[in-house]
Amino acid sequence: MTETRKVALTVNGKRYEADAEVRLTLADFIRHTLGLTGTHLGCEHGVCGACTILFDGLTARSCLMLAVQADGHDITTVEGLAPSATELSPLQEAFRDNHGLQCGFCTPGMLTTLTEFLRENPDPTEQDVRIAISGNLCRCTGYQNIVAAALDAAKRLQAAR
Amino acid sequence: MKPPPFSYHDPRTVGDAVALLGRLDNAKLLAGGQSMMPMLNMRFVQPDHIIDLNKVDGLAYIREANDALEIGAMTRQRDIEFSDLVRKRIPLMHEAIQHVGHRQTRNRGTIGGSLCHLDPSAELVTVAAAMDATVTVQGPNGTRQVAFAAFPVAFMTPAIELNELVTSVSFPIWPSDHGYGFAEFSRRHGDFAITSAAALLTEDASGKITRASVTLGGVAVAPIRAVEVEQALIGQIPDDKCLREACEACRAYEAIEDIHAPASYRQHLATVMSRRALEQARARLKSSQPAKH
Repeated sequence: MTETRKVALTVNGKRYEADAEVRLTLADFIRHTLGLTGTHLGCEHGVCGACTILFDGLTARSCLMLAVQADGHDITTVEGLAPSATELSPLQEAFRDNHGLQCGFCTPGMLTTLTEFLRENPDPTEQDVRIAISGNLCRCTGYQNIVAAALDAAKRLQAAR
Repeated sequence: MKPPPFSYHDPRTVGDAVALLGRLDNAKLLAGGQSMMPMLNMRFVQPDHIIDLNKVDGLAYIREANDALEIGAMTRQRDIEFSDLVRKRIPLMHEAIQHVGHRQTRNRGTIGGSLCHLDPSAELVTVAAAMDATVTVQGPNGTRQVAFAAFPVAFMTPAIELNELVTSVSFPIWPSDHGYGFAEFSRRHGDFAITSAAALLTEDASGKITRASVTLGGVAVAPIRAVEVEQALIGQIPDDKCLREACEACRAYEAIEDIHAPASYRQHLATVMSRRALEQARARLKSSQPAKH
């Protein structure tokens, strides 16, 4: 009775192929089938933003997609943001330097969301940043240092250009 | 948390999707998934079949035809948000869509999905009512058009049959010098509106209002066209007193009550949001004097 399909996709530049039950969410597929547990699951109904990934370059909530919908597509998770195993992306560095995380649960979603946002808005205001992360809940930081990190990252990315 | 078991179908054409709808019992359409997936995850819906529309060709487009902008049902909210055509021709939509969820949800969410989900406080639903949109529906016997005023038949229930699906929505274009405004009250940015208002205005050479559209979202089970407010504005110079008095009519509309707000508060918000939307629309009338307030 359990219906499964083969899902072939690219995650963080690497090809994967696996069977997935058709009702499996993309988030569970990424975590449990592919073992990439950097993507976190908070609310599992599209409110908290912790499971945000880049789907063909655009942010999406992986709890609101089915794994079968990712067949043939290209995904980036938080594990794919750093240029190498020993380096962080400028955004990740800014998070570290500005104390932009405490427990770290929301961080994967914050990083993926802000990666897309800063690519499309290289020179944001504080208000722009606050709106950009309005779909990502953090219960530790009060957002202050996340906003500071995002603004700092924008400066670093501009300087590197 | 995971959806209940279902069979998955991913047709490539509208015809195939309609055929599946006609053949399968207890089937649900999956568009952008930003409402359907939460309902599946929480098992509010338990369909035996999911018909995924994401691989159907020809349902994602924005084009101008016959003094209207036609938007395909599977057009992502993101593509509407960043469309020059939408910003130029139906700027109310450009304004309102900034309030729809968040970037992550607009990247996936579709206009057809939002209109068929028909949440009474959804911004796209309010805009469709404000602009007298026409919905094109396809079924086994071809296509038919539904005026948006007749689209909501009950709470979150659109006027489409079980074997039909929405293929596009058409928004009549207002004259290029029209004014538009959208105001919304919600607890947090991106939340569904507790109450929203959309306004469209045109004026004559003497500054008198010639055409008005005022719509309230989130107040009742479907958007309310505030006809009393619209009629009170026609032929008037829209000064502050005129707008304030006209919007008082909103206090009389029957309002819903829920965990977010009592009915009386929604009625109060309706008067305030409609006035704010009208003030924005007035300021944007192309012929208006900058100093006019």
